[in-house]
Amino acid sequence: MLPLQANVELINVTKRYGGGALAVDSVSLAIPSGSYCCLLGPSGCGKTSTLRMIAGHEEISEGDVLIGGRNVTGLPPVQRGTAMMFQSYALFPHLTALENVAFGLRMRGVAKAERLRQADRFLDLVQLGGMASRLPSQLSGGQQQRVALARALITHPKVLLLDEPLSALDPFLRTQMREELKRLQRELGITFVHVTHGQDEAMALSDIAVVMQGGRIAQAAPPREIFEKPATAFVARFIGGHNVLALPGGRFAVRTDRCRLLPAGQLPGLVSAIEYQGAAVRVVVAANDGQTAEALLPDAVFHAAPVEPGAAVTLGWDAADAHPLPDAA
Amino acid sequence: MRRSALFSWLQAAPLALVLAVFLVVPMAMIVVVSFFDYSAFALIPDFVFTNYQEAFGSAVTWRTFGKTLWFAGLTWIITLSVGFWLAYYLAFVVKGEMTRTVLFVLCTVPFWTSNLIRMIAWVPFLGRNGLMNQALIGMGAIDRPLEFLLFSDFAVVLAFAHLYTLFMVVPIFNTMMRIDRRLLEAARDAGAGFWHTLWCVILPLCKPGIGIGSIFVIVLVMGDFATVRLMSGGQSASVGLMISNQIGLMQYPAAAANAVGLLAMVLLLMAAILRAIDIRREL
Repeated sequence: MLPLQANVELINVTKRYGGGALAVDSVSLAIPSGSYCCLLGPSGCGKTSTLRMIAGHEEISEGDVLIGGRNVTGLPPVQRGTAMMFQSYALFPHLTALENVAFGLRMRGVAKAERLRQADRFLDLVQLGGMASRLPSQLSGGQQQRVALARALITHPKVLLLDEPLSALDPFLRTQMREELKRLQRELGITFVHVTHGQDEAMALSDIAVVMQGGRIAQAAPPREIFEKPATAFVARFIGGHNVLALPGGRFAVRTDRCRLLPAGQLPGLVSAIEYQGAAVRVVVAANDGQTAEALLPDAVFHAAPVEPGAAVTLGWDAADAHPLPDAA
Repeated sequence: MRRSALFSWLQAAPLALVLAVFLVVPMAMIVVVSFFDYSAFALIPDFVFTNYQEAFGSAVTWRTFGKTLWFAGLTWIITLSVGFWLAYYLAFVVKGEMTRTVLFVLCTVPFWTSNLIRMIAWVPFLGRNGLMNQALIGMGAIDRPLEFLLFSDFAVVLAFAHLYTLFMVVPIFNTMMRIDRRLLEAARDAGAGFWHTLWCVILPLCKPGIGIGSIFVIVLVMGDFATVRLMSGGQSASVGLMISNQIGLMQYPAAAANAVGLLAMVLLLMAAILRAIDIRREL
């Protein structure tokens, strides 16, 4: 299977719904070919609309979408070289797993024997070889998802678009499927664009994570960079693991795992909650100035000098770990 | 366990009773009477096959059954093609719940009057000097009135289509509304155009609705006698009409024999439909 690669470029893409509501506000984004990109954000941030505009299932109000350098703005999905995996899979209930997978080839006029042979191969690729003749209703959620994945891949898309593919799975399956998505993406070498509201999913999968807020991109960068240097307070809060604080020096974000309870720290307050998490202990501190912050202490560190809720403590961190943020919310 | 079984029987009893009294008993009566002998004035309890021999030994009966089937088939094709697209329009083209409801109610407007009035309403429209002929003559399209418009098979089928298309629209519309819209998007994503989506996704998923609508229409047309009499002006016959005439002549056993024949035919048709389509998915 020859990897077909294509980069995806959005240029000032805007989605305006009837009534003038802006779902996506002039978004520009470059996704390199062969990369795994996650669109991340709370519900209503415009991530799904963005994905659907790339897929060609949503009309683009303004701006352009380029795939592999070709402007595909007005083209139907089939001419874009994309394939979409739908949330809750949208498998055809009257077709067997094999026929579902073969559907795209059937639409392209591939002869029955040939398309079923290829579909069989793709079912094997997602490890569903034995389930070919089952109807979607006879498959578990995880299996349905694999069928949906095979169905999307069979037309050899250059870009695979995934709309919250893991949200319907239980946590165990989700981790397993996550690994599998990443493996497939590496093996096939095609560009994946994946919409999710889970920051752990985005961190685990993406080469580029795009955090969206209110129809705009808040930050687009490799996940490590987002975690190390969140661009705004929103990003720092959404990505998790950060305290967003304002001290006389200005607003800044500091990772909770870099905070310690020190004799002479920067933020005095009272312990308001303690949560044991196994490898770490989360200590929430209600600071005297009204802010709330937390420290994620390695369990050994915590148990060397345990504190009780209500204890007066001082939260401290290395000045170098405080990442300054712009003042606006 | 025993108690709950008894309770289930009790719960099923009222409906079973209603069906027994109003369906099973009359049916059994018809079957019994179909073996009776009769004279010009009286029913003679007996067990003879003469009614069946007379009915099905006659070419007229077979022609009438054929004609009835032909009416049913033609009406089925017309109501299915009109009804499917009406349902399609309501379910997929119309945007907005409000518009959809209004249009749907509009479809039911003909049902606010009785069957008979709806049929009679065609007379001034289709008659020899009716609106249709006058309009066509007025436009210069024809110079003599079209005779086939009223009191003809054309008029019968037209009236059937008018009366029964809604019975096709409603169940098909119902199944269409249950189709997940994402399936249509998934089809489009896989490269399906309009006809492919229709043929490979919508049509197979509408089958239960089509099955139920077909049963309604075929049963109604097969048993009809008033429409055929009125719209054909007495020039066409159906099994229902034949039975009704025999009842008028007090030939109850003959009518019963024909009724049993009709019942068998309708049941065969139903069996064929149910074999082709699994309607339980819809119920």
